[in-house]
This record gives sequence, structure tokens and C-alpha cells, in this order.
Amino acid sequence: MLTLQAVLDGLLLGVLFALIAYGMALQWGVMNIINIAQGDLVILGGYIAYFMYLYGIHPAWGVIVSPIIMYFVGVIIYKLVINKVVDRDLFISILATFGISILFMQLMNFAFGADVVLANSGYGTTMLFDNSVTLPNSKIFSAFISIVFAIGLVIYMKKSKLGRAIRATAQNARAAKILGVDTEKVYAATFGINAALCGVAGALISITFTIHPYMGLPYTIRSFMIVIVAGLGNLPGVAMSGMGLGVFEEFADYILGTEFRIGSVFLLLVLILVYRRFKLSRKREYLK
Amino acid sequence: MNKNIILYGAILIFGLAAPFIFPAFKVQLSILCILIILAITWNVQGGEMGYNTFGNILFYGLGMYLCASVQVGMFFPLGEWTEGGGEKTFVHTPAQFFQGFAVGLAVAAVVPAIIAGLIGYSILGLRGHYFAICTLGLGVAAGEISGGIEIIGAGQGFTTPPFPNVDRLEARGEFFYFCSFIVLVFTFLAVKAIYSTRFKLVLNAIRDNEDKAEAMGIQTMKYKIIGWMISAFFCGLAGGIMGGLVGYIDSTDVAFDGREMGVFMVLMAILGGKGTLWGPVIGATLFHIFKEGFWTFFLGWQYVALGVLIVVIVIYFPEGIMGWLREKYPERFGEVVDEADRKAQVTLK
Repeated sequence: MLTLQAVLDGLLLGVLFALIAYGMALQWGVMNIINIAQGDLVILGGYIAYFMYLYGIHPAWGVIVSPIIMYFVGVIIYKLVINKVVDRDLFISILATFGISILFMQLMNFAFGADVVLANSGYGTTMLFDNSVTLPNSKIFSAFISIVFAIGLVIYMKKSKLGRAIRATAQNARAAKILGVDTEKVYAATFGINAALCGVAGALISITFTIHPYMGLPYTIRSFMIVIVAGLGNLPGVAMSGMGLGVFEEFADYILGTEFRIGSVFLLLVLILVYRRFKLSRKREYLK
Repeated sequence: MNKNIILYGAILIFGLAAPFIFPAFKVQLSILCILIILAITWNVQGGEMGYNTFGNILFYGLGMYLCASVQVGMFFPLGEWTEGGGEKTFVHTPAQFFQGFAVGLAVAAVVPAIIAGLIGYSILGLRGHYFAICTLGLGVAAGEISGGIEIIGAGQGFTTPPFPNVDRLEARGEFFYFCSFIVLVFTFLAVKAIYSTRFKLVLNAIRDNEDKAEAMGIQTMKYKIIGWMISAFFCGLAGGIMGGLVGYIDSTDVAFDGREMGVFMVLMAILGGKGTLWGPVIGATLFHIFKEGFWTFFLGWQYVALGVLIVVIVIYFPEGIMGWLREKYPERFGEVVDEADRKAQVTLK
């Protein structure tokens, strides 16, 4: 029954990862940057929800408030830093966002302290299968909200004018510019939407798990991994590989022990990249 | 040529005399030497070969653990030493300490190079940002995993053997300074010798266009692996000395410290100028001065400053100091400049 527990936990966790990875895929596809600060945006979003909890507001409302604040944080980061790295080498964007990540980590450490915190939602737990499987309701809630946001975003990208502009820019930025799309605005909005998604995910993580200023990098690596497994712009793939990663992590935790959990995530990244490299090198190609 | 000899001689004499001129800064000077070694090795990999890595911290940490483990394990049971309090029960005699350290350094240099050779074929097939992220993953994974291994101290850390009681109090600082300085000179000369061979041209060809280099008949994979092994060799050496200097090894805060050392080496090489011989040296020196200033006077804000510094350097100053000088005074770098052409370019702008 522990197996079933791990699978269910992993699936619920994986939905959250998929939400973060969706933001990663969005900015990677549209702006061709890799954002190492992704995980730190998640943690910042989590702290917003945690603060609401501290001031007596139910942290679930963070799901609404956090993305709104994070959208503006994202746009500000874009205006200050990201707009200068959009057209340049990907390594420049990796390094620049690494700098942002270090900056955010330390600022959050100052502002919120170095304690591991969580916002208690008071949702209780659900027992399934003769009480052999325990699922906190907050996890079910967070998975549900993630799915709602993901579906909402997909519809928004398909139907709205901005969504069309974003997709056009992703296909060919120059052509979009010629046809009257203000790509600068599209980029800013894309980064903002990405940050907002991180905000939602962070708020949910602060309810279901714990947050800590230095916990950002694993989320970045997870979302990067999900994106390279699923490919850019393949949404069902992102959801599937997100859930797969969640299950993998729960099993690694269960079999190897908690101290190797993060290590196994990073090793899995290396293994996936090496596997893809050997698979592609048979066709004399490489990961692009 | 004559000028160069004077320059190198002056630096060598300064390096040898430095611990006696500035006795209070011996540890800082040793750390500076280590940083320069790391910047030079990163430059072989990232600057000349174009394979930007975050993962050289893997070899640095590995060298640190290997050197300390060998130094202890040669004479005493390693498990009991790291169990806690072992360093109080077992005491190295001076002869044992130095023997152990020498053997430890040799192991710390060779084993990372072998490991780089073994994993090189798999990892160096990745290019660009995939390589960067993959090596970042390797570095963090190594830190997390070594934090769970009992025999090297796990989460509570590993105390390296204390310096044996010799008559003079300053002996420890001087010993580690000269160790790191000698390794630095050795590294610099070795890399300088490598840069004057065909090997460097191959690395540059790989950086500029790997597919074309391959089409020209260069076995790129072989050269990439050798380049990474050279990088790993000196990284391991630097790590081994640093472990002895710090005296305490922690898996994520000292050895596999991707957030500090791992970023520092990239930043120093970029600040000085990627793909030049002197760039990393200048970059590391400036960076160390800046870092010590900040770490001393703005304690707590150092990571904020570091983050801002990374963003500023990467966005506004990616060519580095040597690159900037090269653009400004191309004649000094042996480039022939057509004066008329240069003027024409200026007026065009």
C-alpha cells in the first residue's frame, strides 16, 4: 500500500511541477532564454501566500493574489535584465538569471528569515482504501487548482489577442514584428505570465509542502528536465512527464531515503541528457 | 621578449616575497592563488573550448575530499576519524602529515582527471546550454550525494588533519601559501605551454564551429575529453590544497559549493576576458579584492552584491577586461591594424 501512497503523492506533486515547467516552456519557446531564477520566483510566490497566512488571511487566497503580484515582479525583472539577454547566446541568459537567482535567494533570506516555513491551510486529510492511503486535502486542492490554471492558460493562449501575438512571436519574431506585433510588449507579458504561473505554484507549494529561501534551484532543474523530456509546446507531454517526475521522486525518497531525494533529481537530469545525447548521436545529431 | 622576462621575473619575486611582506594576508594570498588556478582551468574549458561549464566544481570538491581522505586513510582508519573526535585521538607526526599531503595531492589531481575522462564521452556530446545545465546538475548532485555518505563525514563534515606542531607559529600559513603558489606557477606554465601548441588551435576551432572542425578531420571528441581532463587535473589540485587550508570540509558549503566557488570561477574568467592567457589571472585578482572588501565591510549583503555583479558583468561587460583592451589597443596584441581602414570605420559610425 505504500507503493500506492507513493504513486498518488507523486501524481499530485507532479501536477505542480508541470505547472512550473509550463512557464519554463513558454519563456524558452517564445524568448529563447533559460531562466535559472524560475525556482526562486516560485519560492517568492510561496512567501506571498505565507505572509497572507501570517496576517490571518486564508493562504488559499494566495492563489489569486500571488500571481497578480508576481506578474508585476516578472515584468520588472524583464525590463531591468531579461530584455538585454533575449537575442543573445543562451549561456548569457543562464548566467544572468543565475545572478538574479543568487540575488533573490539572499534578499528573501533577509526579508523572511532562513527558517523552513509552511502556511497551514487547515484542510485536513482524506483516507482512502480502508485507511491505508492518506492524502492531505491540500494536495488534492493544489493539484486541482494547477489543472484549472493550466487549462485556463491554454484557452487564453488559443483565443485571446495577446495569446495569438505570443504564439506568433514564438514562431517567428521578425515576421511578427513586421506584421505589427509589438514584440517587446509580448516578451514582457510572456515573462510576466511565467512569473505569475510561478506565483500560483509557489502559493500552492507553501500550502502543501514547505518553503525555504534556498530551495529554488531544484524547482528550476525539475522544470528544465520536464521541458527537455516533453519538448517545447507539447502540453500533454509536459503534464505527463511532470507527473512521471513526481512519482519518480516519491519512489526515490521512499527507497533511497530523504537525504538523497534532491541528489537523485539532479542525477536523473544528467542521465536523461546523456540518454538523449546517445540516442541522437546515432543519427549524427545533437540536442539543440 | 625581454620585457616578458622582466615581467615574469617581477611577478615570481613578488610571489615568493609576498608572505613575508604581508604576513597578515597569507591565507588571503593562498586563496587568491587557488582562485587564479580555478579561473585558468575554467578558461581552458569555457574560454578556449567554448564549453561553458558549471561543473568544474565537481573536480574541485572531489580533489578536496580525496586529498583529505588519503592523508588520513594512509595512517589511520578513516571511518573512526570522521565518526567524530577522531582528529583528537589520532595525531599525525610531521613526517606523516607531509607524506600524506603529498600523496593526497597526487591522488586529488589524477583521480578527477580520470573521472573526467570516463564521463567525458557521455557528457561532452552535449552542446551549449545543455552542457552547462548538465554540468550544473552534476555539481549539485555530487554535493547532495557526498552529504549522505557516512565514511567521509556525511552531513557533519570532515575535519582535515591539523597542521603538525612545528616550532614556528607562521609555518602553517607559509606552507599552504607556497603550496598554492607553486601549483599556480606550475598551472600557469603548463597552460601557457599548451596554448602555444596546435592543441589550442584545435580547441579554438571547436569553439568557433564544431561541425566544421569535425569536417576538417579533427577528432573533436578526443580533444574535448583531453581538454576537460586538463581542466579537471588542476581543479583537483586546487581543491586538495584548499581543503588543507580551510581545515574543514563540508559537502555543500565548502567542497561542492556551486553557489560560491562554482560561480566564482565562471565570473572571474569572464571578468578578466575569456579565451586569453592573462585574463583569468587579472579577473581573479580583481574579483578577490572586490570580494574581500564586500565580505568584510558589508557582511550579509555579499550575495546581493554578487548577484548584481554577475548580472552587470554578463550583460554589460561580457568581453572582459582583456577583450576590452584588445578592442582598444589591437596593436599591443600583435594584430596588424590598417590605419586607413580603422579611420574609415570610425567615420562610418
